[in-house]
Amino acid sequence: MLLAAEGTGAVGEASGWFIEHAWLIPVIPAIAFFLIIFFGKKMPRGGSEFGIASMVAALVLAAGTAMNWVGSLSDHKKVAGNYEVEAYIREWTWWQSGGTEFGIGHQIDGLAATVLLLVAFISTLVQIYSTEYVRGDRRYTHFFASLTLFSAGMLTMVLAPNMVQLILGWEIMGLCSFMLIGHWWEEKANSKAALKAFFTVRVGDMGLLVGTAMLLGIFGTMNIAEINEKTAAGEFASKNMLMWAAVALFIACIGKSGQFPLHTWLPDAMAGPTPVSSLLHSSTMVVAGVFLVARIYPVFYVGLDINVAGQNFNLIAVIGGITVIIAALLAFVQDDIKKVLAYSTVSQLGYMMMGLGVGAWTAAVFHIWTHAFFKCCLFLCAGSISHTASHHSFDMKKDMGGIWRKMPVTTGAWIASTAALCGVPYFSGFFSKDEIIDSAKAYDYTVFYYVGIIGAFMTTAYMTRATYLTFFGSPRGGAAHFMGVEDHSAHGDHEVHGHSAHPDEAEHGDDGHGAHGHDDHHAPAHHSAPLPFAKTDSPWQIAAPILILGILAVGAGYINMPVHKFYWFEHQTESSIGLPIAHAEEEGAAEGEGHSEEAAAEEAAAEEGAAAEEAAAAEEEGHSEAIYSVPAPPKFKWVNAAPGLILVALGFVISLGMSMAVFGRRKNPFSIFVGLTSKNRVVHRAHWVLVNKYGLDSLYENVIVRAVAHPIAKAAYWVNQNIIDGIVNGVGKAGKQTGDMVYRYIDQGLVDRAVNASGTAASESGHAAQAVQSGKVNQYGALLFGAAAVGAIVLILINA
Amino acid sequence: MIYDNNFILSLGTFLPLIGVLVMLFIPAAEEVLHKQIAIITSGATLAVGIWTLAIFDYGQSGQLQFAVNEEWITVIKSGYTIGLDGISLPLYFLSMAVTFLVAIYTWENMPDAGNPKSFLMLMLVLQVGMAGSFIAQDLILFFVFFEVVLLPMYFMIGVWGGEQRQYASLKFFLYTMFGSALMLVAFLALFYQTDSVSFSIPYLVEQGINIDEDVAIWIFAGMFIGFAVKVPMFPFHTWLPDAHTQAPTQGSVILAAILLKLGTYGFVRIAIPMLPKGAEEWAPVIGILACIGIIYGALGCLAQTDMKRLIAFSSVAHMGFVMLGISTLTETGINAALFGMVAHGLITGMLFFVAGSVKHRYHTLEISRLSGMLIQMPKMGWILGFAAMASLGLPGLAGFWGEFPALLASWNPNEALNEDLFRTLTVIAALGTVLAAAYLLWLYQRTAFGEPSEEFGGGHGGHGHAAHSLSAAANAHDDHGDDGHGHADIHDVTTIEWIAWTPFLIAIVVFGVYPQLMFEVMDPAVSQLVERVNQGIALP
Repeated sequence: MLLAAEGTGAVGEASGWFIEHAWLIPVIPAIAFFLIIFFGKKMPRGGSEFGIASMVAALVLAAGTAMNWVGSLSDHKKVAGNYEVEAYIREWTWWQSGGTEFGIGHQIDGLAATVLLLVAFISTLVQIYSTEYVRGDRRYTHFFASLTLFSAGMLTMVLAPNMVQLILGWEIMGLCSFMLIGHWWEEKANSKAALKAFFTVRVGDMGLLVGTAMLLGIFGTMNIAEINEKTAAGEFASKNMLMWAAVALFIACIGKSGQFPLHTWLPDAMAGPTPVSSLLHSSTMVVAGVFLVARIYPVFYVGLDINVAGQNFNLIAVIGGITVIIAALLAFVQDDIKKVLAYSTVSQLGYMMMGLGVGAWTAAVFHIWTHAFFKCCLFLCAGSISHTASHHSFDMKKDMGGIWRKMPVTTGAWIASTAALCGVPYFSGFFSKDEIIDSAKAYDYTVFYYVGIIGAFMTTAYMTRATYLTFFGSPRGGAAHFMGVEDHSAHGDHEVHGHSAHPDEAEHGDDGHGAHGHDDHHAPAHHSAPLPFAKTDSPWQIAAPILILGILAVGAGYINMPVHKFYWFEHQTESSIGLPIAHAEEEGAAEGEGHSEEAAAEEAAAEEGAAAEEAAAAEEEGHSEAIYSVPAPPKFKWVNAAPGLILVALGFVISLGMSMAVFGRRKNPFSIFVGLTSKNRVVHRAHWVLVNKYGLDSLYENVIVRAVAHPIAKAAYWVNQNIIDGIVNGVGKAGKQTGDMVYRYIDQGLVDRAVNASGTAASESGHAAQAVQSGKVNQYGALLFGAAAVGAIVLILINA
Repeated sequence: MIYDNNFILSLGTFLPLIGVLVMLFIPAAEEVLHKQIAIITSGATLAVGIWTLAIFDYGQSGQLQFAVNEEWITVIKSGYTIGLDGISLPLYFLSMAVTFLVAIYTWENMPDAGNPKSFLMLMLVLQVGMAGSFIAQDLILFFVFFEVVLLPMYFMIGVWGGEQRQYASLKFFLYTMFGSALMLVAFLALFYQTDSVSFSIPYLVEQGINIDEDVAIWIFAGMFIGFAVKVPMFPFHTWLPDAHTQAPTQGSVILAAILLKLGTYGFVRIAIPMLPKGAEEWAPVIGILACIGIIYGALGCLAQTDMKRLIAFSSVAHMGFVMLGISTLTETGINAALFGMVAHGLITGMLFFVAGSVKHRYHTLEISRLSGMLIQMPKMGWILGFAAMASLGLPGLAGFWGEFPALLASWNPNEALNEDLFRTLTVIAALGTVLAAAYLLWLYQRTAFGEPSEEFGGGHGGHGHAAHSLSAAANAHDDHGDDGHGHADIHDVTTIEWIAWTPFLIAIVVFGVYPQLMFEVMDPAVSQLVERVNQGIALP
């Protein structure tokens, strides 16, 4: 990131075949997209083979790239003793304007390599899963085409060396989300959800376009590496402008990453097939906004004064924090398992943003990584249940319950992922989420520390509720049929309130509906073989990805364990922050790597001193040297983590008790709360607010969109037709009347009378001429030259 | 100026006249023959165009190439001066390609009024006017070609148009004439202000910068109105929705793809380089009107109930982006504008084609009556979706490269301009991209998604019927979409349509994926132009 510095702080160069050819990673799926579109229907497997092959190829290349990166880094570490390896950038001219060239290509650094690997891996699993899940779908081929293009879009964005390519990938994802969410577009609800997703994100994209223009204005470049470098070195004219650029770009992230108040599209996006939800909500699309903040972090960090002494709030942290809480609250009132997960995603994205907002870059990026595995797994589990157990329903209250006995893989993976999501120690989510919370405290963002632990409490509580409803208790509806027991829930559930049916209910709740239920095209006989050790679980294409992801939901966190002072992931990505890390307190990190603690501390101190001198020198000479830096991650102490963990445990106990009391109808100390929503007015109101999603949806749809689409547009059109066009028509009519008058009084009245007087022959010729003259074109011709004459006179007057 | 191979422009421009001559002597009853001749002639013209592309010296695209400088009307010192540079090459070629493809499309889609003889002759004459406007390097010559375009289009709308064709065609003709008149006055004033030596554009560009600012502003005003009507810019746009809606499909496509560009091209080629000071003073006005056009056009789209009229209004919005780019007086802005012109030509042309074909099948374009196009005509539905996405400026498709650089440019406008104003405009214009998504996707949702309406054979067969049409959607081989209820006229894209449309679709993708193809050609010429403008502005 930095210019090659002299002396000790040597900067390494990333290299390797895979890194140099990383551009192939998005190109292969993009080609596969066209192959599927044009030849997919003729292929024996409907084009899915192209998709899966391309994703596997991308995965291999991404893994190679990651290995190259790790290799370069460890080589450099041996030589120079630090992790400052410069990103590998390769660009081709994409367009030029007035000598400035804008490129397309790739930039590989720790962040890019991480997310590439993640996206390729998850996409591969999701595609394998989909071969079974959407088998026999009426648009099977199109589904795979969109899925593949979707991954290509995300990969393009991740590789982007400049803002324009980033926008390209960003918008391709928007397009594909539109196609995938609206996959069953015959239903109005689905096409509406698709429209809503695209449109809401597009509202945010305004900020992306304007923000990019602002960056170009500030730095004269759109290259991400240069922007980061210049920001870090303080090479910008106006900090105020930088702040606005950060705000504009963050608006785009709010839209894309489903942050409050533009999160409303995300739960509706559940209208798409489940594999889509799982891909959208884990590694692609929604993390794009978080990725953008992480990618050009210096802009946000400096522009929004993150970690400046005395700052307790900033835009990113506040939005992230609000999102954590409000989404978690909404997750409590959902009956649809996918909606619980959707709000959970929103809430977790809030954590990531909050992490970035408090200056915990590594923790936030690590949370992208861990969250992708367990959230993808959770969605795939939900799909597995719907596919196998609940007759394509996603309603936890009506069609699930007690299925753990027959679905060991799904249940196991779900529980592991839930534990990871809740941040149970030694599950992957713990290492990332706890570090975010820890950092908030360490960097004096106390409010967000509390938001973090309360969020953890709520996460555990709603996930426990969902888990209980789905896997335990007595089987109901579809699940009862699957489990071979009688449905005892027929007498109705007083917890169910008459809130409006969401799109899924129309879609999934009604499975006697032949062509409309999406998965029902295939009879159960078509199901593939299950895994040998889980015969009653879903077929292997579904169960195997779930199993792998379930394992990773536990294991993915072990590459960065602050609790054991193991910072491998952090070192891999620290050069991507774009800002140096102020390693003032870092004694432990270097241990076991040949340095004594003292030596490391001395070195750090020396580096700092040198950095300060160089910064002073840099200001005079005008060459780039970072003058901003991010704080080092806090040291892990169990004492700091304890409150959060206690709350998690508490959340589990309370929620379990409540669930058993309310849903399982078991008498326990929580039974007094049963039916509270109907008994207590305050609770009832609060419940009503949550069920109506804080009224944001109706504000957007019924007020803003309707106002623009109807009265405002109609008014504008009325003005157009009656005023602007009225003037035009008025001028036309006036012209015609003038022409008529001229004709009647001058031509006929004077000229023609004179002609008449000059004899019959002359009169005849006069009439002939009249025929010509009375043609419309003639009148307008006269008008035209009249106008020209007036204009000429004006000009002559001016020139005189 | 480079004078090599200078026959090629005249050949390419006037070749269609040979076809017209031949057709003149063939009786109107020989309809197929007329169509063949038109296709051959426009095909030959396109071949000359490809040849021109091949021998164009891309290393010197800033220079006028294939230039001719002959005497023409010596009395008024107007010469036959022609030439082609990076600015005009894309548009010149586009006009040839579009005419050829439209001629192919006419093969099976003759408008209801019939008489292909006159129709195609007019179209070929139109092509002469369009190509001529782009090669003319003399103001009088430009004006003549500019006016030659008017008449054929007037008749195309007036004879082969829809129900209100009389009104629409007259409005189109008169409005443009009104603009032309002022433009002509401005040309004359410019001529007299530069010592009445020549109407040659390169000469006037050289001399124009010496005109006093006060005068330049007034001359620019004349040109502004002339070109703004043609673009059309708010508030001179009201002829456009009527003309577009009433014109036959072919007319709409040509109008959108080429005719509107004569206005913007006029700004870039004539008004701005000749009168830099006038441009400087007028730029804020242009910018503001462009932005109003973007928002206003989008709102107009949202209010439409007719698909074709909606597309017509979207032109107002898109041309707003083009004009915003031009008004910044920067390289990026003008590059964006030129790119946007071609992109808009391809994309909106494509949308009008689709609208025409929908009308042909359903005999209506009333949005509320159309539904489930993706089921009845899956391929047509896809093409509409593709064109809509391109039109809303999706990166990776051509439309983006007209809009996004224009936004970049208007955030960083020419130093002589008011930065705050243009930055405000950037934000407003960015809002336009949101509205574009709204009206296009809404259109798409209403027409393509859902089940076909009962009126056109959807739904009334009960559930089994719906399932049948669903399987038709999924089945690539069931091209007819014929559901056995007597709606055989609702069929998917035909072979002729594929031939006519595929080049559009390919070009939208190719230019979207690799915009450098066009930017590379335009950029040197634009750089030179902007340099000239900056010189002019800097003069005391």
